[in-house]
Amino acid sequence: MAAAQLPEPVPIEERIEALMAQGVADAERSAAELLAIGEVVIERFVLARGLVPTEATHEGFRLLALQRQGAAGEPSFNACRESCRELVYHANLLRLEPWHPEAGRRVRLGAMIARHLMLFIDGKLEIAGLGEFCCAARPLRAAEAAGA
Amino acid sequence: MTESYRRVAYYPGCALEGTGHAYDRSTRAVGKALGLELVELDNWNCCGAMEVKNVDPKLQTYLSARNLAIAEKMGFSTVMAPCNGCYHNLKKAEYDLANDPGSTAVNERLSAKAGHAAYRSGKVATIHALDWIKQTIGEEGLKVRVKNSLAGLRIANYYGCMYTRPRHIFPEKDKGTGSESTAKPHFMDDLLAAAGAECVEYPLKTACCGGAHTLSDSDTSTKLVLNLLTTAEACGAEVIATECPTCHTGLEMHQVRAEKVLGKKTSVKILYFTQLLGMALGLSRRRVGVQENLSDASALLTARRLG
Repeated sequence: MAAAQLPEPVPIEERIEALMAQGVADAERSAAELLAIGEVVIERFVLARGLVPTEATHEGFRLLALQRQGAAGEPSFNACRESCRELVYHANLLRLEPWHPEAGRRVRLGAMIARHLMLFIDGKLEIAGLGEFCCAARPLRAAEAAGA
Repeated sequence: MTESYRRVAYYPGCALEGTGHAYDRSTRAVGKALGLELVELDNWNCCGAMEVKNVDPKLQTYLSARNLAIAEKMGFSTVMAPCNGCYHNLKKAEYDLANDPGSTAVNERLSAKAGHAAYRSGKVATIHALDWIKQTIGEEGLKVRVKNSLAGLRIANYYGCMYTRPRHIFPEKDKGTGSESTAKPHFMDDLLAAAGAECVEYPLKTACCGGAHTLSDSDTSTKLVLNLLTTAEACGAEVIATECPTCHTGLEMHQVRAEKVLGKKTSVKILYFTQLLGMALGLSRRRVGVQENLSDASALLTARRLG
Protein backbone atom coordinates (compact mmCIF):
# COMPACT_ATOMS: atom_id res chain seq x y z
CA MET A 1 0.00 0.00 0.00
CA ALA A 2 1.38 3.35 -1.01
CA ALA A 3 2.27 5.72 1.80
CA ALA A 4 -0.14 8.61 2.24
CA GLN A 5 1.34 11.77 0.83
CA LEU A 6 1.38 14.95 2.83
CA PRO A 7 0.37 17.96 0.80
CA GLU A 8 3.27 19.91 -0.64
CA PRO A 9 4.40 22.61 1.74
CA VAL A 10 2.81 25.87 0.78
CA PRO A 11 5.45 28.17 -0.73
CA ILE A 12 4.55 31.02 1.57
CA GLU A 13 7.37 33.32 0.52
CA GLU A 14 6.30 32.96 -3.09
CA ARG A 15 2.71 33.72 -2.16
CA ILE A 16 3.84 36.86 -0.32
CA GLU A 17 5.93 37.97 -3.29
CA ALA A 18 3.03 37.25 -5.65
CA LEU A 19 0.72 39.29 -3.48
CA MET A 20 3.09 42.23 -3.52
CA ALA A 21 3.44 41.96 -7.29
CA GLN A 22 -0.29 41.56 -7.80
CA GLY A 23 -1.01 44.84 -6.09
CA VAL A 24 -4.62 45.83 -5.88
CA ALA A 25 -6.03 44.33 -9.05
CA ASP A 26 -8.60 42.58 -6.87
CA ALA A 27 -8.72 44.03 -3.37
CA GLU A 28 -11.18 41.43 -2.08
CA ARG A 29 -8.94 38.61 -3.28
CA SER A 30 -5.85 40.26 -1.84
CA ALA A 31 -7.59 40.61 1.53
CA ALA A 32 -8.54 36.94 1.52
CA GLU A 33 -5.01 35.93 0.54
CA LEU A 34 -3.49 38.01 3.36
CA LEU A 35 -5.64 36.22 5.92
CA ALA A 36 -5.05 32.83 4.28
CA ILE A 37 -1.28 33.26 4.42
CA GLY A 38 -1.47 34.19 8.09
CA GLU A 39 -3.63 31.15 8.83
CA VAL A 40 -1.31 28.76 7.01
CA VAL A 41 1.74 30.10 8.84
CA ILE A 42 0.15 29.69 12.28
CA GLU A 43 -1.42 26.34 11.37
CA ARG A 44 2.07 25.00 10.79
CA PHE A 45 3.16 26.16 14.24
CA VAL A 46 0.13 24.51 15.84
CA LEU A 47 0.69 21.29 13.87
CA ALA A 48 4.36 21.23 14.82
CA ARG A 49 3.31 21.22 18.47
CA GLY A 50 1.18 18.16 17.82
CA LEU A 51 -2.18 19.94 17.98
CA VAL A 52 -5.08 20.12 15.56
CA PRO A 53 -5.50 23.65 14.17
CA THR A 54 -8.77 25.14 15.30
CA GLU A 55 -11.53 25.93 12.83
CA ALA A 56 -13.09 28.35 15.29
CA THR A 57 -13.06 32.11 14.90
CA HIS A 58 -12.29 34.86 17.37
CA GLU A 59 -13.80 38.29 16.78
CA GLY A 60 -14.90 36.88 13.44
CA PHE A 61 -11.48 35.73 12.25
CA ARG A 62 -9.94 32.24 12.23
CA LEU A 63 -6.48 33.83 12.17
CA LEU A 64 -7.08 35.36 15.60
CA ALA A 65 -8.43 32.07 16.96
CA LEU A 66 -5.36 30.25 15.65
CA GLN A 67 -3.08 32.82 17.28
CA ARG A 68 -4.82 32.27 20.61
CA GLN A 69 -4.48 28.52 20.17
CA GLY A 70 -0.75 28.92 19.47
CA ALA A 71 -0.31 31.06 22.57
CA ALA A 72 -2.00 28.57 24.92
CA GLY A 73 0.79 27.38 27.22
CA GLU A 74 3.30 29.39 25.16
CA PRO A 75 2.96 33.01 26.33
CA SER A 76 5.88 34.25 24.24
CA PHE A 77 3.80 33.42 21.17
CA ASN A 78 1.78 36.51 22.03
CA ALA A 79 4.64 38.53 20.54
CA CYS A 80 2.86 37.94 17.20
CA ARG A 81 -0.62 38.86 18.46
CA GLU A 82 -0.47 42.44 17.22
CA SER A 83 0.97 41.35 13.87
CA CYS A 84 -2.07 39.12 13.42
CA ARG A 85 -4.37 41.95 14.37
CA GLU A 86 -2.60 44.28 11.94
CA LEU A 87 -3.08 41.68 9.22
CA VAL A 88 -6.79 41.57 10.00
CA TYR A 89 -6.90 45.38 10.04
CA HIS A 90 -5.28 45.64 6.61
CA ALA A 91 -7.59 42.94 5.20
CA ASN A 92 -10.55 44.88 6.60
CA LEU A 93 -9.35 48.10 5.00
CA LEU A 94 -9.07 46.37 1.63
CA ARG A 95 -12.53 44.86 1.93
CA LEU A 96 -14.21 48.03 3.10
CA GLU A 97 -12.42 50.46 0.77
CA PRO A 98 -11.33 48.51 -2.34
CA TRP A 99 -11.48 51.75 -4.34
CA HIS A 100 -9.20 53.66 -1.98
CA PRO A 101 -6.16 55.32 -3.65
CA GLU A 102 -3.99 53.78 -0.90
CA ALA A 103 -5.29 50.25 -1.58
CA GLY A 104 -2.13 49.16 -3.42
CA ARG A 105 0.03 50.37 -0.55
CA ARG A 106 -2.21 48.57 1.92
CA VAL A 107 -1.71 45.29 0.06
CA ARG A 108 2.04 45.83 0.13
CA LEU A 109 2.11 46.66 3.84
CA GLY A 110 -0.17 43.70 4.57
CA ALA A 111 2.26 41.44 2.71
CA MET A 112 5.14 42.81 4.78
CA ILE A 113 3.23 42.09 7.98
CA ALA A 114 2.57 38.54 6.73
CA ARG A 115 6.26 38.16 6.01
CA HIS A 116 7.11 39.27 9.54
CA LEU A 117 4.70 36.71 10.94
CA MET A 118 6.31 34.02 8.81
CA LEU A 119 9.82 35.00 9.94
CA PHE A 120 8.77 35.17 13.58
CA ILE A 121 7.35 31.68 13.48
CA ASP A 122 10.39 30.47 11.57
CA GLY A 123 12.48 31.62 14.55
CA LYS A 124 10.08 30.12 17.11
CA LEU A 125 10.19 26.72 15.42
CA GLU A 126 13.94 26.72 15.12
CA ILE A 127 14.49 27.71 18.75
CA ALA A 128 11.97 25.09 19.88
CA GLY A 129 13.75 22.46 17.80
CA LEU A 130 10.62 21.90 15.77
CA GLY A 131 12.08 22.62 12.37
CA GLU A 132 13.82 25.22 10.32
CA PHE A 133 10.75 26.81 8.86
CA CYS A 134 7.06 26.53 9.37
CA CYS A 135 6.70 24.76 6.05
CA ALA A 136 9.33 22.25 7.12
CA ALA A 137 8.21 21.70 10.70
CA ARG A 138 10.01 18.68 12.10
CA PRO A 139 6.99 16.51 13.06
CA LEU A 140 5.55 16.92 9.59
CA ARG A 141 8.81 16.04 7.90
CA ALA A 142 9.45 13.17 10.32
CA ALA A 143 6.07 11.69 9.53
CA GLU A 144 6.76 12.09 5.84
CA ALA A 145 10.18 10.42 6.16
CA ALA A 146 8.61 7.50 8.01
CA GLY A 147 6.13 7.11 5.18
CA ALA A 148 3.18 7.85 7.40
CA MET B 1 0.44 65.97 34.59
CA THR B 2 2.16 64.08 37.38
CA GLU B 3 4.34 66.24 39.60
CA SER B 4 5.57 63.20 41.53
CA TYR B 5 7.64 62.11 38.52
CA ARG B 6 9.74 65.29 38.50
CA ARG B 7 12.32 63.63 40.74
CA VAL B 8 12.56 59.88 40.38
CA ALA B 9 14.99 57.05 41.04
CA TYR B 10 16.85 56.07 37.90
CA TYR B 11 17.67 52.50 36.97
CA PRO B 12 19.77 52.62 33.78
CA GLY B 13 20.50 48.89 33.62
CA CYS B 14 23.52 47.20 32.08
CA ALA B 15 22.78 47.92 28.42
CA LEU B 16 22.81 51.67 29.01
CA GLU B 17 26.35 51.40 30.32
CA GLY B 18 27.45 49.56 27.18
CA THR B 19 25.97 49.39 23.70
CA GLY B 20 23.07 51.63 24.71
CA HIS B 21 25.23 54.36 26.23
CA ALA B 22 23.82 56.96 23.83
CA TYR B 23 20.37 56.25 25.29
CA ASP B 24 21.65 56.88 28.82
CA ARG B 25 23.39 60.04 27.71
CA SER B 26 20.39 61.41 25.83
CA THR B 27 17.92 60.45 28.57
CA ARG B 28 19.93 62.33 31.19
CA ALA B 29 20.40 65.31 28.85
CA VAL B 30 16.70 65.53 27.99
CA GLY B 31 15.75 65.23 31.66
CA LYS B 32 18.07 68.10 32.53
CA ALA B 33 16.77 70.24 29.66
CA LEU B 34 13.22 69.64 30.87
CA GLY B 35 14.04 70.38 34.50
CA LEU B 36 13.49 66.79 35.62
CA GLU B 37 15.77 65.09 38.13
CA LEU B 38 17.13 61.57 37.97
CA VAL B 39 18.83 60.00 40.98
CA GLU B 40 20.65 56.82 40.03
CA LEU B 41 20.04 53.81 42.25
CA ASP B 42 22.98 53.04 44.55
CA ASN B 43 24.75 49.78 43.81
CA TRP B 44 22.06 48.51 41.43
CA ASN B 45 22.33 45.06 39.87
CA CYS B 46 21.52 43.51 36.52
CA CYS B 47 17.82 42.64 36.11
CA GLY B 48 18.69 39.26 34.62
CA ALA B 49 17.67 40.46 31.16
CA MET B 50 16.13 37.64 29.11
CA GLU B 51 18.49 34.91 30.33
CA VAL B 52 18.16 34.31 34.07
CA LYS B 53 14.44 33.50 33.90
CA ASN B 54 15.24 30.52 31.71
CA VAL B 55 17.33 29.08 34.55
CA ASP B 56 15.33 30.24 37.58
CA PRO B 57 12.43 32.70 37.17
CA LYS B 58 12.14 33.31 40.91
CA LEU B 59 15.79 34.28 41.10
CA GLN B 60 15.08 36.76 38.30
CA THR B 61 12.23 38.17 40.36
CA TYR B 62 14.60 38.63 43.29
CA LEU B 63 17.12 40.52 41.12
CA SER B 64 14.51 43.15 40.28
CA ALA B 65 13.08 43.11 43.80
CA ARG B 66 16.52 44.03 45.12
CA ASN B 67 16.60 47.09 42.86
CA LEU B 68 13.12 48.07 44.01
CA ALA B 69 14.26 47.64 47.64
CA ILE B 70 17.17 50.01 46.96
CA ALA B 71 14.79 52.62 45.50
CA GLU B 72 12.56 52.32 48.57
CA LYS B 73 15.52 52.62 50.93
CA MET B 74 16.62 55.77 49.08
CA GLY B 75 13.19 57.23 49.79
CA PHE B 76 11.69 56.97 46.31
CA SER B 77 8.20 55.84 45.39
CA THR B 78 8.96 55.76 41.65
CA VAL B 79 11.77 54.24 39.66
CA MET B 80 12.28 55.04 35.98
CA ALA B 81 13.83 52.46 33.64
CA PRO B 82 14.42 53.46 29.99
CA CYS B 83 15.28 49.93 28.84
CA ASN B 84 12.32 47.75 27.86
CA GLY B 85 13.95 44.65 29.36
CA CYS B 86 14.62 46.33 32.73
CA TYR B 87 11.21 47.99 32.73
CA HIS B 88 9.52 44.69 31.93
CA ASN B 89 11.42 42.81 34.63
CA LEU B 90 10.71 45.40 37.33
CA LYS B 91 7.02 45.33 36.43
CA LYS B 92 7.00 41.55 36.40
CA ALA B 93 8.68 41.39 39.80
CA GLU B 94 6.04 43.74 41.18
CA TYR B 95 3.31 41.51 39.77
CA ASP B 96 4.88 38.24 40.95
CA LEU B 97 5.50 39.51 44.46
CA ALA B 98 1.84 40.54 44.68
CA ASN B 99 0.47 37.33 43.23
CA ASP B 100 2.89 34.45 43.69
CA PRO B 101 3.68 33.29 47.25
CA GLY B 102 6.57 31.20 45.91
CA SER B 103 8.28 34.28 44.50
CA THR B 104 7.70 36.14 47.76
CA ALA B 105 9.28 33.30 49.75
CA VAL B 106 12.37 33.20 47.52
CA ASN B 107 12.65 37.00 47.71
CA GLU B 108 12.43 36.93 51.52
CA ARG B 109 15.05 34.16 51.75
CA LEU B 110 17.55 35.71 49.34
CA SER B 111 17.10 39.21 50.76
CA ALA B 112 17.84 37.91 54.26
CA LYS B 113 20.86 36.05 52.95
CA ALA B 114 22.10 39.19 51.20
CA GLY B 115 21.52 41.23 54.34
CA HIS B 116 18.89 43.74 53.21
CA ALA B 117 15.20 44.29 53.83
CA ALA B 118 12.99 42.36 51.43
CA TYR B 119 10.96 44.44 48.99
CA ARG B 120 7.19 44.17 49.42
CA SER B 121 4.93 44.86 46.46
CA GLY B 122 3.16 48.18 46.18
CA LYS B 123 5.93 50.35 47.61
CA VAL B 124 7.65 51.57 44.43
CA ALA B 125 6.01 52.24 41.05
CA THR B 126 8.01 51.46 37.91
CA ILE B 127 7.73 53.76 34.91
CA HIS B 128 9.36 53.89 31.48
CA ALA B 129 11.19 56.93 30.08
CA LEU B 130 8.16 57.48 27.84
CA ASP B 131 5.82 57.66 30.87
CA TRP B 132 8.26 59.96 32.63
CA ILE B 133 8.26 62.62 29.90
CA LYS B 134 4.70 62.15 28.69
CA GLN B 135 3.18 62.34 32.16
CA THR B 136 5.41 65.03 33.61
CA ILE B 137 5.85 67.42 30.70
CA GLY B 138 3.21 66.24 28.22
CA GLU B 139 2.71 67.30 24.62
CA GLU B 140 1.71 70.87 25.42
CA GLY B 141 4.65 71.31 27.76
CA LEU B 142 6.99 70.00 25.09
CA LYS B 143 5.60 72.22 22.35
CA VAL B 144 6.45 75.38 24.26
CA ARG B 145 9.98 74.14 24.91
CA VAL B 146 10.83 73.12 21.33
CA LYS B 147 13.62 75.29 19.92
CA ASN B 148 14.39 73.28 16.81
CA SER B 149 11.28 71.65 15.42
CA LEU B 150 11.43 68.18 13.90
CA ALA B 151 9.00 69.48 11.25
CA GLY B 152 9.10 67.47 8.06
CA LEU B 153 11.02 64.57 9.60
CA ARG B 154 9.09 61.37 8.86
CA ILE B 155 9.44 58.91 11.73
CA ALA B 156 8.32 55.32 12.28
CA ASN B 157 8.06 54.67 16.01
CA TYR B 158 9.23 51.22 17.04
CA TYR B 159 8.31 50.07 20.55
CA GLY B 160 9.43 46.45 20.39
CA CYS B 161 7.67 43.54 21.99
CA MET B 162 8.47 43.94 25.71
CA TYR B 163 7.06 47.42 26.34
CA THR B 164 3.49 46.13 26.39
CA ARG B 165 3.71 42.39 27.02
CA PRO B 166 2.41 40.51 28.89
CA ARG B 167 -0.54 42.82 29.40
CA HIS B 168 -1.32 41.70 32.96
CA ILE B 169 1.90 43.19 34.38
CA PHE B 170 0.94 46.66 33.10
CA PRO B 171 -2.33 47.36 34.96
CA GLU B 172 -2.04 51.11 34.30
CA LYS B 173 -2.20 50.66 30.53
CA ASP B 174 -5.40 50.37 28.45
CA LYS B 175 -7.29 52.68 30.80
CA GLY B 176 -8.71 54.92 28.11
CA THR B 177 -7.81 58.49 27.24
CA GLY B 178 -4.37 59.50 28.46
CA SER B 179 -3.18 55.97 29.14
CA GLU B 180 -0.89 53.88 27.00
CA SER B 181 -2.33 51.19 24.72
CA THR B 182 -0.91 47.67 24.70
CA ALA B 183 -2.40 46.93 21.29
CA LYS B 184 -1.25 50.11 19.63
CA PRO B 185 1.16 52.09 21.81
CA HIS B 186 1.35 55.80 21.07
CA PHE B 187 3.31 57.65 23.78
CA MET B 188 6.43 57.95 21.59
CA ASP B 189 4.28 59.05 18.64
CA ASP B 190 2.63 61.68 20.84
CA LEU B 191 5.91 63.12 22.13
CA LEU B 192 7.70 63.22 18.78
CA ALA B 193 4.64 64.69 17.06
CA ALA B 194 4.61 67.40 19.73
CA ALA B 195 8.23 68.11 18.79
CA GLY B 196 7.05 68.64 15.20
CA ALA B 197 7.79 65.25 13.62
CA GLU B 198 5.52 63.55 11.13
CA CYS B 199 4.89 60.11 12.64
CA VAL B 200 3.98 57.63 9.93
CA GLU B 201 1.54 54.77 10.39
CA TYR B 202 3.82 51.80 11.11
CA PRO B 203 2.10 48.40 11.37
CA LEU B 204 5.10 46.63 12.93
CA LYS B 205 5.58 49.00 15.88
CA THR B 206 5.33 46.17 18.44
CA ALA B 207 6.59 43.30 16.28
CA CYS B 208 9.50 41.09 17.34
CA CYS B 209 13.00 42.16 16.26
CA GLY B 210 14.50 38.74 16.97
CA GLY B 211 16.59 40.17 19.79
CA ALA B 212 16.28 37.04 21.91
CA HIS B 213 17.98 34.85 19.35
CA THR B 214 20.37 37.29 17.79
CA LEU B 215 23.29 35.08 18.81
CA SER B 216 21.75 31.64 18.45
CA ASP B 217 20.02 32.30 15.14
CA SER B 218 21.45 35.45 13.59
CA ASP B 219 19.98 34.85 10.16
CA THR B 220 16.41 34.90 11.43
CA SER B 221 17.14 38.07 13.40
CA THR B 222 18.63 39.71 10.32
CA LYS B 223 15.59 38.81 8.22
CA LEU B 224 13.19 40.07 10.91
CA VAL B 225 15.08 43.35 11.22
CA LEU B 226 15.34 43.74 7.45
CA ASN B 227 11.57 43.39 7.25
CA LEU B 228 11.16 46.02 9.98
CA LEU B 229 13.45 48.37 8.07
CA THR B 230 11.92 47.84 4.62
CA THR B 231 8.41 48.18 6.05
CA ALA B 232 9.38 51.47 7.71
CA GLU B 233 10.71 52.69 4.38
CA ALA B 234 7.54 51.53 2.63
CA CYS B 235 5.62 53.61 5.16
CA GLY B 236 7.63 56.64 4.08
CA ALA B 237 9.86 56.88 7.16
CA GLU B 238 13.33 58.40 7.08
CA VAL B 239 13.99 57.53 10.72
CA ILE B 240 13.00 54.71 13.04
CA ALA B 241 12.72 56.03 16.59
CA THR B 242 13.49 53.52 19.34
CA GLU B 243 12.95 53.39 23.09
CA CYS B 244 14.89 50.23 23.97
CA PRO B 245 18.65 49.64 23.76
CA THR B 246 18.28 46.00 22.71
CA CYS B 247 15.90 46.82 19.87
CA HIS B 248 18.04 49.78 18.86
CA THR B 249 21.28 47.82 18.75
CA GLY B 250 19.57 44.95 16.95
CA LEU B 251 18.20 47.28 14.28
CA GLU B 252 21.58 48.92 13.80
CA MET B 253 23.64 45.71 13.74
CA HIS B 254 21.33 43.76 11.49
CA GLN B 255 20.95 46.70 9.11
CA VAL B 256 24.68 46.37 8.50
CA ARG B 257 24.50 42.56 8.43
CA ALA B 258 21.58 42.55 5.98
CA GLU B 259 23.69 44.52 3.55
CA LYS B 260 26.79 42.37 4.04
CA VAL B 261 25.19 38.93 4.17
CA LEU B 262 21.97 39.32 2.20
CA GLY B 263 23.03 42.17 -0.10
CA LYS B 264 19.96 44.17 0.97
CA LYS B 265 20.70 47.83 1.63
CA THR B 266 18.28 50.05 3.51
CA SER B 267 18.77 53.72 4.20
CA VAL B 268 16.35 54.44 7.05
CA LYS B 269 18.21 55.88 10.07
CA ILE B 270 17.84 54.64 13.63
CA LEU B 271 17.78 57.10 16.53
CA TYR B 272 16.63 56.94 20.14
CA PHE B 273 13.51 59.00 20.77
CA THR B 274 15.47 60.83 23.47
CA GLN B 275 18.08 61.86 20.90
CA LEU B 276 15.36 63.26 18.66
CA LEU B 277 13.64 65.04 21.56
CA GLY B 278 16.98 66.39 22.76
CA MET B 279 17.79 67.91 19.38
CA ALA B 280 14.28 69.38 19.23
CA LEU B 281 14.97 70.96 22.61
CA GLY B 282 18.07 72.60 21.15
CA LEU B 283 20.73 70.17 22.37
CA SER B 284 23.67 69.36 20.12
CA ARG B 285 24.11 65.99 18.40
CA ARG B 286 27.16 65.33 20.55
CA ARG B 287 25.25 66.09 23.73
CA VAL B 288 22.67 63.41 22.90
CA GLY B 289 25.30 60.93 21.72
CA VAL B 290 24.48 60.68 18.02
CA GLN B 291 28.18 59.99 17.37
CA GLU B 292 27.85 56.79 19.42
CA ASN B 293 25.22 55.31 17.10
CA LEU B 294 26.20 52.78 14.45
CA SER B 295 23.52 54.16 12.18
CA ASP B 296 25.04 57.29 10.65
CA ALA B 297 22.31 59.90 10.52
CA SER B 298 24.64 62.89 10.19
CA ALA B 299 23.76 63.75 6.57
CA LEU B 300 20.05 63.61 7.29
CA LEU B 301 20.40 65.67 10.47
CA THR B 302 22.55 68.25 8.70
CA ALA B 303 20.03 68.52 5.88
CA ARG B 304 17.28 69.08 8.47
CA ARG B 305 19.48 71.41 10.52
CA LEU B 306 19.07 69.29 13.61
CA GLY B 307 21.61 69.16 16.43
